[in-house]
Amino acid sequence: MKYLTAENMTGGYGGADILHSCTITVEEGEIAVIVGPNGAGKSTAMKAVFGMLPLREGRVTLGGEDITHLTPQDRVRAGMGFVPQTNNVFASMTVQENLEMGAYIREDDFADTMAQVFDLFPILKEKRNQPAGELSGGQRQQVAVGRALMTRPKLLMLDEPTAGVSPIVMDELFDRILEVAATGIAILMVEQNARQALNIADHGFVLVQGQNRFTDTGAALMADPDVRKSFLGG
Amino acid sequence: MEDILNAIVLLSNFVIVPGLAYGAQLALGALGVTLIYAVLRFSNFAHGDLMAFGTMAVILVTWTFQSVGISAGPVPTALLALPFGILAAIGISLLFDRSVYKFYRTKKSPPVVFVIASVGVMFMLNGIVRFIIGPGDQNFSDGGRFLIKAREFKEMTGLNEGLAIKTSQGITIIVAFLVMIALFWFLQKSRTGKAMRAYSDNEDLALLSGINPDRVVLYTWIIAAALATIAGTLYGLDKSFKPFTYFQLLLPIFAAAIVGGIGNPLGAIAGGFVIAFSEVTVTYAYKKFLIYLGPEGWAPDGLVQLLSTDYKFAVSFVILVLVLLIRPTGIFKGKVI
Repeated sequence: MKYLTAENMTGGYGGADILHSCTITVEEGEIAVIVGPNGAGKSTAMKAVFGMLPLREGRVTLGGEDITHLTPQDRVRAGMGFVPQTNNVFASMTVQENLEMGAYIREDDFADTMAQVFDLFPILKEKRNQPAGELSGGQRQQVAVGRALMTRPKLLMLDEPTAGVSPIVMDELFDRILEVAATGIAILMVEQNARQALNIADHGFVLVQGQNRFTDTGAALMADPDVRKSFLGG
Repeated sequence: MEDILNAIVLLSNFVIVPGLAYGAQLALGALGVTLIYAVLRFSNFAHGDLMAFGTMAVILVTWTFQSVGISAGPVPTALLALPFGILAAIGISLLFDRSVYKFYRTKKSPPVVFVIASVGVMFMLNGIVRFIIGPGDQNFSDGGRFLIKAREFKEMTGLNEGLAIKTSQGITIIVAFLVMIALFWFLQKSRTGKAMRAYSDNEDLALLSGINPDRVVLYTWIIAAALATIAGTLYGLDKSFKPFTYFQLLLPIFAAAIVGGIGNPLGAIAGGFVIAFSEVTVTYAYKKFLIYLGPEGWAPDGLVQLLSTDYKFAVSFVILVLVLLIRPTGIFKGKVI
């Protein structure tokens, strides 16, 4: 039983199922990546883990606790952090206010968590009083990740964190994500840039049409000729 | 030189001071409209009548105070009654929120449905107010009438023209200023105020962050109702209270909110003054002013009034249409309606 275990998830947005018995697991301190062609249900699988998709079958456990029936808000309280793909910052609010809003549910003093986020993303400390909407794409993603980290989640979920950023920024973001994982947080992300993502991933889940096609370590998937041929362009 | 001073005093007396007071009243009204728009995402057509309802409650409490002999000395008794009026306005706003808007919120209805519902609420509030206090004019101002009287000013300065500042004008500007500071402090610094801004900015992310939407909605109504009552009471003290006038105020208030940039509190304030000064400057007769400034013995033929005061609503309308055509986001980049 891994720290996050989402087994046999089957369901859709009403109508036909999008996920068919899909299983995603992550261990603490590890990075798991969901890759696959367009329309494979990658983002849908992540939304199902976060409770934004009604499941007909299957269950989700976090740290051994069954959270299948919790709302997304309650899952945040249970230790999940979620970074949506788009609109993931409060554009009109300053960087610091974004982080404060991330910590909204915390009653205790979160100054040390904010200091940690600023250590992780030094550029945010520099721009703390600037509205998040005025930052570059890469900086905005850092704000989004920082906001999610403010609740001190045990599991951080990132929906295509590198969408729309330059390759240099992408490498930097991946470095940061590795650092976050090193602090013991489980990371689950959906990525378009399959090759780069599998490079840093401990585990990869290749989805096709809402089903698990290949599941292995990142390195093994990179080495697998079938995976290479079908999904990594040879 | 004395002519120029006389001209300035004349303009202050009939344009600048009334414009500032009227602008502050519009700004407070527009702040309420803009907050509802930012957080609840619809144009609240019932805001003018909410102002009337709150002011009516203030008037009723004022009369009660006056009948038992409570007064506030030189300032109007209505200021003592203001908190009670605010409570009444909050009460009825929350009642209508629970009974009307909540239903559509749960159904996630499009904004236009909310707008039409608010028109219904407007008619109901309108009816309630007329039913309780009647459709006629009510004067509830008491205490000192003037801070500075025209005659005293003339004696003091030796000028021909007098500058009169009514107590209600002074109170309007001071109260509006204090309320705006308090509101901005609340929105910028308090946890709940930040949560309201976050919810307004990005509803989904606010929910993800654990911000409770019911609480945000509750606070928005409380603040909007308080602002409406304060704006209505100040307007009533300055002019007089008549339910129909408050319904008509809806147009300049919306014009103010949109000109400033709807959803943006700073814009609501700027818009309030823009609309007020446009109305006052366009409808003022400049004859006497020009006589002072022109050559000795010369006088313009007409009144030099651009627009009769009867048409003052046309000013808001024209500005509203121009803004929507040329710069729909308003002065301070609000949202587009």
